Amino acid sequence: MTEALPETALPETALPETALLEIRGLEVAFGGFRALDGVDLTVGRGELRFLIGPNGAGKTTLIDVITGLTRPTGGSVRFEGHDLVGRREHEIVRLGVGRTFQTSVVFEELTVLENLDLAASFRRPLWSLLRRRREVSEEVTAALETTGLAGLAGSRAGVLSHGQRQWLEIGMLIVQRPRLLLLDEPVAGMSSGERERTGELLTEVARDHTVVVVEHDMDFLRRYASQVTVLHEGRVLTEGSVEQVRADPRVQEIYLGRAREGAEDAVR
Amino acid sequence: MTAPEQSARRWLGPAVFSAVAVLALVAAPLLLEPFRLGLLAKYLCYAIVALGIGLAWGQGGMLTLGQGVFFGLGGYAMGMYLKLNDAAGDLPDFMVWSGVEKLPALWKPFGNPVFALAMVVVLPAAVALLLGALVFRQRVRGAYFAILTQALAAALVILLVGQQGLTGGTNGLTNFFDFFGNDVAADETQRGLYLLVAVVLGALYLGARQLVRSRFGRLLLAVRDGEDRVRFLGYNPATVKTLTFAVSAGMAGIAGALFVPVVGIISPALLGVVPSLELVVAVAVGGRFALAGAVLGAVVMGYARTYFSEELPDAWLYLQGALFVLVMTLAPKGIAGLAANLVRRREVRA
Repeated sequence: MTEALPETALPETALPETALLEIRGLEVAFGGFRALDGVDLTVGRGELRFLIGPNGAGKTTLIDVITGLTRPTGGSVRFEGHDLVGRREHEIVRLGVGRTFQTSVVFEELTVLENLDLAASFRRPLWSLLRRRREVSEEVTAALETTGLAGLAGSRAGVLSHGQRQWLEIGMLIVQRPRLLLLDEPVAGMSSGERERTGELLTEVARDHTVVVVEHDMDFLRRYASQVTVLHEGRVLTEGSVEQVRADPRVQEIYLGRAREGAEDAVR
Repeated sequence: MTAPEQSARRWLGPAVFSAVAVLALVAAPLLLEPFRLGLLAKYLCYAIVALGIGLAWGQGGMLTLGQGVFFGLGGYAMGMYLKLNDAAGDLPDFMVWSGVEKLPALWKPFGNPVFALAMVVVLPAAVALLLGALVFRQRVRGAYFAILTQALAAALVILLVGQQGLTGGTNGLTNFFDFFGNDVAADETQRGLYLLVAVVLGALYLGARQLVRSRFGRLLLAVRDGEDRVRFLGYNPATVKTLTFAVSAGMAGIAGALFVPVVGIISPALLGVVPSLELVVAVAVGGRFALAGAVLGAVVMGYARTYFSEELPDAWLYLQGALFVLVMTLAPKGIAGLAANLVRRREVRA
């Protein structure tokens, strides 16, 4: 079966080949603990998918497996027909999968512009990196605009606020032109103003990218999510629209049953 | 940074570089007596190694405690050529003394100056490439990498000392007479060598500076500060580190090769663990985050070593240790960091 089929308007259940990301029976065990216990997940092209679930549900582990940080003990991850399991991190990035981290890691010694430029240059041959940067590429300029960091282009990334760092990270992702973006808790620890700005950014990015967002924040979810997958104890509990998922009594139970934990997460 | 500040910075670097170049190329040969000029030439050789350490450690975060290995490879490559050249078809003197009857196969190609000079860079760089490819791919880093490089320096010393007939053992290679048609001991030759060392150092410094300011240099900093994050930008940090390590090894090799005619000897004692460590200390004192700091550190520590060995021979080792501790705790950016602070403070006041 090949991935080269033309994109059609058929529902993905009828034609799973149009899926960008296909995860089947994914298992990850840390010692005796099964972090992922047979996860199936299909993400279609152009989708904005939210991945939610209480602490320890395996959301970040799932992203770690997709991006090559964690090796699964079983199952498969296919991205545009490529099997991602066993590939090294930078190879997966080169296939077109980009991610951010919960705690943003931008390069503090470099300026905002340099961070973006470095991210944008990763497809250049190594020898061409030996030349000094003479100009700012179009995509970097665009990313500076999109993320609202144009005014800070010359500042060291170390002086950015938490929110600005996350935006810079998202900007660094965009300039890499990935076909799949994985955002791990992009609004964790953000002020409400920053959340708002991140939501707008997300909507904008999702317009021409396939995006998977791991998020705890229910309020953020209500405002920006369309399709939601709920993970619970390493399995997919349910999938659907925000309304469907919120109406699901099992979802209510795991969230209400762990309300305190959820609240802690929200302030983290 | 404001615009005027930036333009002030822009001329400050080239101005200082030009001033130092004039001092080194014109003033020093005129003012220093031959013995002192020879010492300075030696320090500048060390400064070339230090430049490489600054690149690998300061910019790339690779604490290499075994640069002596690469220095030695370059030095022995040059030494072997000079010995063969002096022997003029016979066996080198030390081989005769150790009862070697036929020139070892390893030595033969080094009779060719082009081959020997190429090996000065190729050999250290190749060893570093190999080591880097093995080690960085496996994500060995930090203290483990440091210990590994140090072990390599110790191992090379044992190897060299053990192969008396092949390497001259503990004595190393010495007693050189001719350096490309010049009497190596003559003041004139030594002055020429000094100028050669200074020019090579200057050129390598400019090259390294260009590297640091390029995208590759930015990438190198990124690898130093967040190797794992760099992977998720689609780069392979192992490649970046391996290449940089090889460049720094090549520099040490060149330094070793220049050291041999300047000082007249290359021996295991000059490239083992202790000299390797001393250079790292010098780079730390000078300031590892600035290439100029690394160079400065090597020269300053070279002078300090000579001064104290002449005046207070017993105290030097302790002083060196104390200085290292002081710098690491009080001024982790070394002399270069202190100087940068001064410049910044003056700019703020202005």
